[in-house]
Amino acid sequence: MTGLRFDLRDPPPGAAALRAEVRAFITEQESRWTPEVRARSWMGFDRDFTRAVGARGWIGMCWPKAYGGGERSFLERLIVLEEMLAAGAPVGAHWIGDRQSGPLILRLGTEAQRAKFLPKIVTGDYAFCIGLSEPDSGSDLASLRTRADRVEGGWKLNGRKIWTTFGHLCDWMIALVRTSAPPEGGSKHQGLSQMLVDLKAPGVTIRPIRDLVGEEGFNEITFDDVMLPDDALVGQEGAGWAQATSELAFERSGPDRYLSSHPLLEASLDALRNDASAAPALGRQVARLWTLRAMSTAVAGMLQDGADPVRQAALVKDLGNDFEQALPHAMRGLMDVDAMPETMRRLHDYLTQITPTFSLRGGTREIMRGIIARELGLR
Amino acid sequence: MTGMTIAAELAEQVTRALADATDVATLRAVESGAFPAEAWAALDGLGLAAALVAEDHGGAGLGFQDAMPLIEALGRAGAPVPLAEAIAASALLAAAGITPPEGTLTFAAAGARVPCARHALHVALADGATVALYAAGALRIEPGTNIGREPRDTVAVTGAPVAQGTLPNAWGSEAALLLTALIRAAQIAGAMQAALALAVEHANTRKQFGRPIGRFQAIQQQLAVFAAESSAVSVAAAAAARAADQRGLANAAFEIGCAKITAGEAAARGAAIAHQVLAAMGITEEHALHHYTRRLWAWRDEGGSERFWSARIGQAAQQGGALWPFLTSRDEESAA
Repeated sequence: MTGLRFDLRDPPPGAAALRAEVRAFITEQESRWTPEVRARSWMGFDRDFTRAVGARGWIGMCWPKAYGGGERSFLERLIVLEEMLAAGAPVGAHWIGDRQSGPLILRLGTEAQRAKFLPKIVTGDYAFCIGLSEPDSGSDLASLRTRADRVEGGWKLNGRKIWTTFGHLCDWMIALVRTSAPPEGGSKHQGLSQMLVDLKAPGVTIRPIRDLVGEEGFNEITFDDVMLPDDALVGQEGAGWAQATSELAFERSGPDRYLSSHPLLEASLDALRNDASAAPALGRQVARLWTLRAMSTAVAGMLQDGADPVRQAALVKDLGNDFEQALPHAMRGLMDVDAMPETMRRLHDYLTQITPTFSLRGGTREIMRGIIARELGLR
Repeated sequence: MTGMTIAAELAEQVTRALADATDVATLRAVESGAFPAEAWAALDGLGLAAALVAEDHGGAGLGFQDAMPLIEALGRAGAPVPLAEAIAASALLAAAGITPPEGTLTFAAAGARVPCARHALHVALADGATVALYAAGALRIEPGTNIGREPRDTVAVTGAPVAQGTLPNAWGSEAALLLTALIRAAQIAGAMQAALALAVEHANTRKQFGRPIGRFQAIQQQLAVFAAESSAVSVAAAAAARAADQRGLANAAFEIGCAKITAGEAAARGAAIAHQVLAAMGITEEHALHHYTRRLWAWRDEGGSERFWSARIGQAAQQGGALWPFLTSRDEESAA
């Protein structure tokens, strides 16, 4: 069960100063954020805010300076992420590019791809989304049917992606698509590739899907004979599955997997500061938060060391999702909704509706637990 | 890093010694009131009781965090001998300027029940910051047990202490409580690993509907939750121990409390899952599982229950201003 081992990590030198710097920046910005903006957390899309974050050097922090990065450590980046999420900052316009798309391009992209995309992610000019789920392919992702066929001068893309967060606001998608049939009797995980898709290209139709909160956060994106240039391919043709799954430790272990409801915990603590009867319930939440933070920091340390803690990440995501998902209900148990101060109530109301997504996005609870079970030697 | 390597080696030594000298029969004997003298001798021979005592006082000079894997290893074997108590008691005595005695040694906060007092040559009692060391003859001992049927004795002082001392500020006036919470959290991590291993083994061998029950997702998902909770306790205990190393035991009360809450909640969840997976077999006296689950339930309550600590942690948070700055201000930066 070595895949479930965690080694603690201390914050890096200069952590407190960096934290203070980010906090001061947030203080300048936060007056514009309504409780709903804060409750949206990393699902809040604000391009101006993203540009301001980029100007401070807090996007692509760990990337080489040659591409606009900051050459900082993974643990320093973690500090910025934590501070942003704890405050409920609308980081959605750069979250995916910074967390996944940029690192993928840096690791597997060509020199031309790096030079083209990374500096613009860093400034906030390019916002990325991820094209994985399809109408008939959710947890069984490898059954996806969107395909890119080799044609003269590039690829022709046909198919449909769905549940794409901010597809209508983003500039680029990295889509997992089929580029060749799986070998006879072989795994359907073969023959998939990752493609850079310009969302403004002809043949791309984006249809926002209204969600249960009444907002248009995610989309259905249809590709109808979309022409992709040769260099749309990221990494190796046919190796898309391995490439996509190798990023999962980065995607799943971060503070975005346990801090999504944090602004509500802060508001609740404020409202309940003098209520002695609320102390035990608050204490349990704080203890859980403290433990999750130690676990998430440990995974960041392993990533910094170049390890691939994909199982630990699944485990932290599962525990973290449980925590952030249960929080609104727990706070509702401490104070009647009608008695909540307005900010607390609005955070509560929004989060109550959106928390079911926490254990869906980035891989469902059932998939996470399946990964852990496999590590235990079950299945 | 060297410290962690030593810690892993010590844990390995303890694991081997326990595997050689103890088994389920040992736990049964302990629960019927016997002292596993052979197992104690085997472990005592490793000189581990002084693990936390400074080197210039004859100890190994390890930090709390270094000792956690060792104490987890004890928990994995059901803690048949009170070695964790001896380690904590020796540290407590040394901190109060008292040379830890040879042989069986245990400790408690004054007024609390004392683990294995009836088997100990010496008992350290901490009343606030005052630590007194008593020989067994100076105590009247009324035997009692916890629900793990481990000896938890009520002790009345009838004679003079062998030695007495005062703890420095860094150890504070709640050192016995904090040490108990820390070692029980680490033992819970270990006992959860043992119970999880039993449950996984059972799931992979017990067949129903023509296949091992571990092939069923319903079982897999539950055991995955167990594994996650088990990892959470390990991390929490280690992080609390790290805080005690960095800031002194007294100033790590917040972290130790958080770890004990996490451990207590996880113990309950894990024990319930293990019993669900092992079904009726796990309920039999013959099966090993209950030795672990009953200890898990018992250890939740020693060194402060979830109720006790969550009230204190909640209060600390209520008085600490905004939560996030409060939590992060407790971080210690690593050296460059």
